[in-house]
Amino acid sequence: MRTQRIPSDWPLPVLAFLLTMFGIAMVYSAGQTDVPSFVEGIWRTQLVWFLLGATVAYGISRTSVRLLEWGSVWVYLGACGMLLLLLFFGTGAGTAASTKSWLAIGGVRLGQPSELAKIAVVLMLARVLSAQRVAPTSLFGLWRPAAITLVPWVLIMAQPDLGTGIVFLGIFFAMLFWSGVSWPLLLMAASPAISLILAFGPGVWGAWFFLLLALLWWVRPAWLETSVLIGANIAMGVVAPLLWDQLNPYQQRRLLVFLDPSIDPRASGYHVIQSQVAIGSGGLFGKGFTDGSQKRLAFLPEQYTDFIFPVVGEELGFLGVTLALGLFCVLLLRTVRIASRSSTPFASLVAFGLTAAWFTHIVVNVGMTVGLMPITGIPLPFFSYGGSFMLSCWIAVGILVLVSSEGRGKADALVI
Amino acid sequence: MSFHPNDVQQRARVASALVFAGFVLLLGAFFRTQVLQNARYVLASEENRLREIPLPAPRGIIYDRNGKVIAENLPGYSISLLARNEDSLRTTMRRIGELVAVSPEQVGSAVRRYRRDRTRPTVLFGDAPFALVSILEERRVDYPGLIIQSAPKRHYPDGPAVSAIVGYTGEINELELEQEPFADYKAGQQVGKDGIERQYESRLRGREGVRFVEVDARGRVVRENAREDLLPEAPAPLYTNIDLDLQRFVAEIFGDSLIGGVVAMEPRSGEVLALFSAPTFDPNRFIGSIPRSYWDELQQDERRPLYNKAIKGTYPPGSIWKLATAISAMENGLVDIDDRMATPCTGGYQYGNRYFRCWDKKGHGDVTLAEAIEHSCDVYFYQLGLKIGLQRMIAGGIRLGARERSGIDLPSEVRSLYPTDPPKKYYDERFGSQGWSNAVTLNLSIGQGENSQTVVNMARFYTALATDGQAARPEIVRGQAERRRLFTLTDVQLKGIQDALTNVVGRGTAAGSRLQGIAVAGKTGTAQNAQDAVADHAWFVGYAPAGEPKIVVAVMLEFGLHGSRAARIATKIMEFHLKQRVVAMPEVDGE
Repeated sequence: MRTQRIPSDWPLPVLAFLLTMFGIAMVYSAGQTDVPSFVEGIWRTQLVWFLLGATVAYGISRTSVRLLEWGSVWVYLGACGMLLLLLFFGTGAGTAASTKSWLAIGGVRLGQPSELAKIAVVLMLARVLSAQRVAPTSLFGLWRPAAITLVPWVLIMAQPDLGTGIVFLGIFFAMLFWSGVSWPLLLMAASPAISLILAFGPGVWGAWFFLLLALLWWVRPAWLETSVLIGANIAMGVVAPLLWDQLNPYQQRRLLVFLDPSIDPRASGYHVIQSQVAIGSGGLFGKGFTDGSQKRLAFLPEQYTDFIFPVVGEELGFLGVTLALGLFCVLLLRTVRIASRSSTPFASLVAFGLTAAWFTHIVVNVGMTVGLMPITGIPLPFFSYGGSFMLSCWIAVGILVLVSSEGRGKADALVI
Repeated sequence: MSFHPNDVQQRARVASALVFAGFVLLLGAFFRTQVLQNARYVLASEENRLREIPLPAPRGIIYDRNGKVIAENLPGYSISLLARNEDSLRTTMRRIGELVAVSPEQVGSAVRRYRRDRTRPTVLFGDAPFALVSILEERRVDYPGLIIQSAPKRHYPDGPAVSAIVGYTGEINELELEQEPFADYKAGQQVGKDGIERQYESRLRGREGVRFVEVDARGRVVRENAREDLLPEAPAPLYTNIDLDLQRFVAEIFGDSLIGGVVAMEPRSGEVLALFSAPTFDPNRFIGSIPRSYWDELQQDERRPLYNKAIKGTYPPGSIWKLATAISAMENGLVDIDDRMATPCTGGYQYGNRYFRCWDKKGHGDVTLAEAIEHSCDVYFYQLGLKIGLQRMIAGGIRLGARERSGIDLPSEVRSLYPTDPPKKYYDERFGSQGWSNAVTLNLSIGQGENSQTVVNMARFYTALATDGQAARPEIVRGQAERRRLFTLTDVQLKGIQDALTNVVGRGTAAGSRLQGIAVAGKTGTAQNAQDAVADHAWFVGYAPAGEPKIVVAVMLEFGLHGSRAARIATKIMEFHLKQRVVAMPEVDGE
């Protein structure tokens, strides 16, 4: 009997489709400015990338998780190889013109390999973590996943691209958590980074350091681990700020620009302010689709890429924001569900890793536009203009549909 | 690796809770920004979007007493720029400089205006020549953010003749912008700089209008009339007491050669009919911006055209002060109009070891007070001064307003100089207790010495002589007439003095200035000039007609040599005023 079946997890592609349409509409609106620019027509390009992405996603959804698992090593190696090549042949673009995140052949920019690298790292981490019989219980036991993440992370930070680097950290910790690594260990692994963030307030850092000591006393890891951890925390929390203060303001600026060239620190204050003005002036119902004055009159910078969400806020108001964030929320809850119901640990880890990548993107990007997060050049899935990014988002959708279709208690989704 | 379903379910719950919490946090932040702080951000976005283009308001028109125009507004053009930053302002100025000549000063002041207020269009050319306007109008597309608009331009039809009264307007400067009275002024606006333009700034200033345009982030105007215009409003006109015809006549008499100041007033009301300072300047050339060459020319002219000699210059009053001495003596009951002094005038007077000359070497003989006034006999007044004594003379002079401003409604009137009471203290401080003697009394009695008066203050003093002892505060703009009693004499005493003053012109020192059919009273003065021993200052202060005074005129000629020259000018002014009046109102002045 030949029966045509729809994918069992139809809500996922439907949600992704709705978000994509919403996003393309906003890209269209972003092009509607009083002084027209090239942005006016890019929604069509974005539409083409979506169609391409959806096709690829469909293709992927018809393969098998086993194939994915087998291919993950090659994808990972390929992605790292491309990132390495970028350091020598990469070109910049747009606001991050000084970076080397673009792969170009003969002057034609093909895409940003770092988008592919995210998926590759998810696949590779899933493979390595699922292969372990027991979740790591010590810091040194984390060396494999750490190394897998570190290699592309270093290559990306060398481009440099702070935003994507943050996403890698999000993926890393989320997948460790999903693989069953205990909370104390996660906290210990993250502690140097937390120290660095808290270093700007000595009192807060002191409290954190005290907490960490209490944690170490409770967990009692090996003495070498303990000393390394304490040393790393002191280095990040005490030594780094001292060194930072030694720098001249222009050197500090240079370092900040180096870490994230998509923003000029002198102008970053302007970006946040104008973004918040756009969002805040939208009010409950917004100024109307395509009618946002902040966007129209070019007060809103990067209104088609990193700062596309303020266009939603300005033109569609709090209701539009609620709708967009609501769709994202439902999408992520859905993918967590997929992760929890997959048949194999590998599939489950892949689904959760992709969820973490999206979540990091959304929280960092949207949080930045409303002033909750520092400014880092990081796009919003399905909304921000960008070919590789749209493609990678839909590849992720394809993988998730595939994982879902092989999930526990479900029939094969695409059996013909 | 624990993938037991229970563990996975547990982690999925934690993860879902985290995701949900993350979104709630984001949504909360948006709620705060979009709903709670909405008003604040709406304002900020409007401020981003809308630019207020000021529409300059015309200043109030200034009329003379007969409705003739003293100051008006002509259509002019101003060119301003909505500049994104200082660089783009400089670039625009440089590009305009390729079309017409732009001086570094013009660029400098445009940059200063921009720094002061960055959201307001920066005035590049406050009074742009029409040629520039038409050139830029043609190339408008090349200059985004450029605003060309009509701006009323101040004009004085009788420029040089009225400059001492109206003053002029100019762009408000940095110093003024810091001051409290100019709190609501903006850089690039016009403000009264001198004269009644400055004195009555608050009444002459129009209310600026506003045009709203929409601009983009680069300052380009993308939409005109983004909101309804607020039209500029002109204030009510300002009516003055000036008689423009008389003012012109005064200016004509002075011509290019004479230096000095004139004040003509109505004796009872204090209405200032004319006020002039020579040489003069053309305030019309000050509008917009003062051409460098013209400014230098005025600054380098040693006759000091910008120095208002009617209200700012103080000069030893000389013999016109003898009336003050006479009044002090009469008030103290020391002399009557027919009284003679002990020593007749033989051309001089010996006081101690010093000999004080009379201006007339031949001497005046034995004269009465009336005759002493008539012929301005110094010897008589030396003795009268000694009779009064230094203390009473200083006190009397101060009562007559010798240390006061006249109170005329013009800015920066200078206070006249005169010793303080008690005089001993004053002179001790000034010269040391050994450095002076009672001889100063003799000098003071004839208006020399430590006495330096403004022309306008002498005019005021003589309004009291012309009437009943009450002086009228000079007023250019119609207001509340204010008179103050300077001295109290009996009718007989006053009549005696007034008759003597009439005889000054009838047969005395100013006899050459007699007028046909009009009895003029007044007093000449020839004051020793500290700067130039030869060229004395010439004074004449008087009124006409003698019986029923309609006009008080004070004339001071720098280096005028003798008071009789000033008298000729003063009587001509009186004649012009009175005969003009005769023509206008024949029934009033019958005699």
